[in-house]
Amino acid sequence: MKAKKYLSRVYLTLIFGILYIPIITLVFFSFNSENSTAEFGGFSLRWYRELFRSSETFVALRNTLILAILSAVLATVIGTAAAAGIHRMRNKFFRRTVISVTNIPMMNPDIVTGMSMMLFFVAVVGILGLNYDDMGFLHMLIAHTTFSLPYVILSVLPRIEGLGKSLTEAALDLGCTPLQSFFKVELPNIMPGILSGFVLAFTLSLDDFVISYFVGSSSFQTLPLLIYSMTKKKVTPDMYALSTLIIVVVFALLIFSNVRASKENKRKEGKKA
Amino acid sequence: MNKPENDTALTPSDASGKLIELRGVSKSFDGEPVLKNFNLYIRDKEFVTLLGPSGCGKTTTLRLIGGFETPDEGSIIFEGKDITDVPPHARQVNTVFQRYALFPHLNVYDNIAFGLRLKKLPKTEIDERVHKMLDMVMLKGFERRKVSSLSGGQQQRVAIARSLINEPRVLLLDEPLGALDLKLRKDMQKELKSIQQAIGITFIYVTHDQEEALSMSDIIVVMSDGEIQQIGTPTDIYNEPKNAFVADFIGESNILDGTMLADCKVKFAGHTFTCVDSGFAPNESVDVVVRPEDVDVVEPGKGMLTGTVTSVTFKGVHYEIIVDIKGFKWMIQSTDYVSEGATIGVYIEPEAIHIMKKSKYSGMFGDYSSYSDELEELSNAEEEEEE
Amino acid sequence: MKKKRNLMQSIAAAPHIAWAVLFILMPLFIVIYYAFTDADGAFSFENVTGLSEYASIFGLSIELSVIATFICLLIGYPLAYIIARSKPKHQKLFLMLLMLPMWTNLLIRTYSIMAIFDDGGFLNSLLGTEWHIIGTKGAVIFGMVYDFLPYMVLPIYTCISKIDPKMWEAAADLGCNTTRTLTRVIFPLSVSGIISGVTMVFVPSISTFYISQKLGGGTFELIGDTIERQFVSNALNTGAAISLVMMVLILISLSIMNRFGEEEGEVIV
Repeated sequence: MKAKKYLSRVYLTLIFGILYIPIITLVFFSFNSENSTAEFGGFSLRWYRELFRSSETFVALRNTLILAILSAVLATVIGTAAAAGIHRMRNKFFRRTVISVTNIPMMNPDIVTGMSMMLFFVAVVGILGLNYDDMGFLHMLIAHTTFSLPYVILSVLPRIEGLGKSLTEAALDLGCTPLQSFFKVELPNIMPGILSGFVLAFTLSLDDFVISYFVGSSSFQTLPLLIYSMTKKKVTPDMYALSTLIIVVVFALLIFSNVRASKENKRKEGKKA
Repeated sequence: MNKPENDTALTPSDASGKLIELRGVSKSFDGEPVLKNFNLYIRDKEFVTLLGPSGCGKTTTLRLIGGFETPDEGSIIFEGKDITDVPPHARQVNTVFQRYALFPHLNVYDNIAFGLRLKKLPKTEIDERVHKMLDMVMLKGFERRKVSSLSGGQQQRVAIARSLINEPRVLLLDEPLGALDLKLRKDMQKELKSIQQAIGITFIYVTHDQEEALSMSDIIVVMSDGEIQQIGTPTDIYNEPKNAFVADFIGESNILDGTMLADCKVKFAGHTFTCVDSGFAPNESVDVVVRPEDVDVVEPGKGMLTGTVTSVTFKGVHYEIIVDIKGFKWMIQSTDYVSEGATIGVYIEPEAIHIMKKSKYSGMFGDYSSYSDELEELSNAEEEEEE
Repeated sequence: MKKKRNLMQSIAAAPHIAWAVLFILMPLFIVIYYAFTDADGAFSFENVTGLSEYASIFGLSIELSVIATFICLLIGYPLAYIIARSKPKHQKLFLMLLMLPMWTNLLIRTYSIMAIFDDGGFLNSLLGTEWHIIGTKGAVIFGMVYDFLPYMVLPIYTCISKIDPKMWEAAADLGCNTTRTLTRVIFPLSVSGIISGVTMVFVPSISTFYISQKLGGGTFELIGDTIERQFVSNALNTGAAISLVMMVLILISLSIMNRFGEEEGEVIV
């Protein structure tokens, strides 16, 4: 029994070690005083200074956040309404069709989704006589909303189904119109699902490179696109600095949400006891 | 049969005091008929129980009255007005749901105040009425509690208070005690009955538990296969079951094939008995019901029938004895012990013999040859899960 | 009446349905359209028939992604199992450790691997060696495994952690030793997790172009690279044809896998 425990410890350490070596190296070299990602010359914040001096980074950061927030809001609103509607669909075939079509961007490789949306936008822009390059933001907003939708629906729909019809019926019974019952009873009860859908949509948008790469244009630069263009050339450690900052933010968010979740759990358990 | 109301009860002629009426209601789900040309009326201030096994259509009937289902055919009348197409929120009817359906995001107070807030009543009035309700259901001091932290019985009370605060004309209760344990269930039965009497409104109660129905109701509607089998007071239903289904579903019954030789003369189990029923055609085939507690055990030869004891089970108050009489297994409840394998005589009073017309349920129930307590409990458990 | 009410309420899905038709279905139809027309818009089979020249690329992509998926499963299953069987407090920590790389941008992760394995990279300069790693199949496979391993572990973990702990006791009670419990009880019960894990690793592996660009050192071309190349050089018809073929390929393999998993219970893809 002890040997088994020991073995699994070793295994965990090994895998997590390998998983984190590249990330640790990256953080390490972001503090390099030399312009190298292989030889460490000494500790310095040189690359962070350089990063903060570049307005390009800030524009990209701002764009990324705007895009992530807007697309997440849009996907959450449309997706939540869709989940409520899908839940009430009686026609099983129609319901299944809607869900399958929604899931296409989730199943399809990003590159195919990106390619198909790019071709679509080229066609639309051609018909409307617009300039493709000007539309970068709109195209990315549409694309990000589209690939976030299935994730929002996937996190909201089970919540609605889990509610069962009796809560809604109780609300109707006590005098709610169907619309009132949605806002007064269903919505508050599916809120956790909506929130996690929103967070998922937000992070997916932050993280997306492939689809943005296909549908975007130079008029709207985001962080992943910026990183891509930086890695095209010989990379200087300022990209490492940028990555380190992103990792720190993600790490903080992860810890924050975990601590909050466990606090909530503790509160709940405490009440039950 | 003491009252020849059999058919008139189904198509009521008395218009006075009718609060709710279902006229010729049919309903199917996915082509499966659940209610077939269903006619029923309910008077004001009555405690009416819809009783039947799972799938008999009792919950559907309740949901039709509540407005959660619309009939395929027929209409629902409330105080003379057709409310068939009126949505649930516009009906003067409130429901206590099977698993309470309390709103988990609201505390006890907010759950109870829910209906009044929708009506936009002044805060002070809401507060006063919520406290009155809390008093009535004995939940004073629970205002700020989360509903998820309450016990089953307490949740039940909140559900009742939440419905009653809207002062409905009718309260619909869908197996409200199904999730409670036996002891609590008995207490809640009494409490529900006294609440109903105190506020004086109509309760329509759905259950598959015959004991619950017998002890609480003014009127019981026994249902099976989407049809009404019998309507009557608990005593009527128990003492004068109208067919084999009712006899079997309410209490224990030995149901035998018989022939009505003449008025007050019936032949079954190879013996001619004197009974108290009349009005059948000569030599009409009938179902004969004898309740297990109405059978007396006597010395062999001294009774009307003789049989062999095949099993004896101690039940606390009495012994449950299964006796083989000419291949038919009778159940007899007796306070006297007899041993397995013994030969005994059986004596039956004329008043203990109930004659019923043949129905589609004849021959389906009332023989205890495959009887087992365990099976009975299993089938009950299934019922509770399903509905 | 009831039907009308339901229809009214399903209307909440209308914006989404319109969105899906416009931005999911239409683009797919346009891919098909482009795949079967030439640059002037005339109907043509040339794009599709011309794909035979890419057969070896398809073959290599399938080979590398299948190997990567298999390695992910081999490494990921024990990992998921160990995490699922550890104390709840530790479970949370392990999951967080697993998720952090997942939420770190793929480009960054891939790039840092390249920086380590590069000819003049960190590893070689640390060891003073001159290993040539970038540009080998192994490097590309390593990149795929490294980038997508969490996608394999998470669904399997979810699946195993949902198995009632009493199941272990029941299996032991019925005479299974640990190995037997694993093979006879736990493994069959986690098949649905394995299937979603395999899907979630296989699809991005077969379609990647960044990993092969960076870790393949330009010596490899996978399907993703080909599509990207068509996109950059504006050969949209060929790009559409290759995308279409890849989509069909993935669709077929997904449905085969789902069929395989159906016998084992529900599939969460």
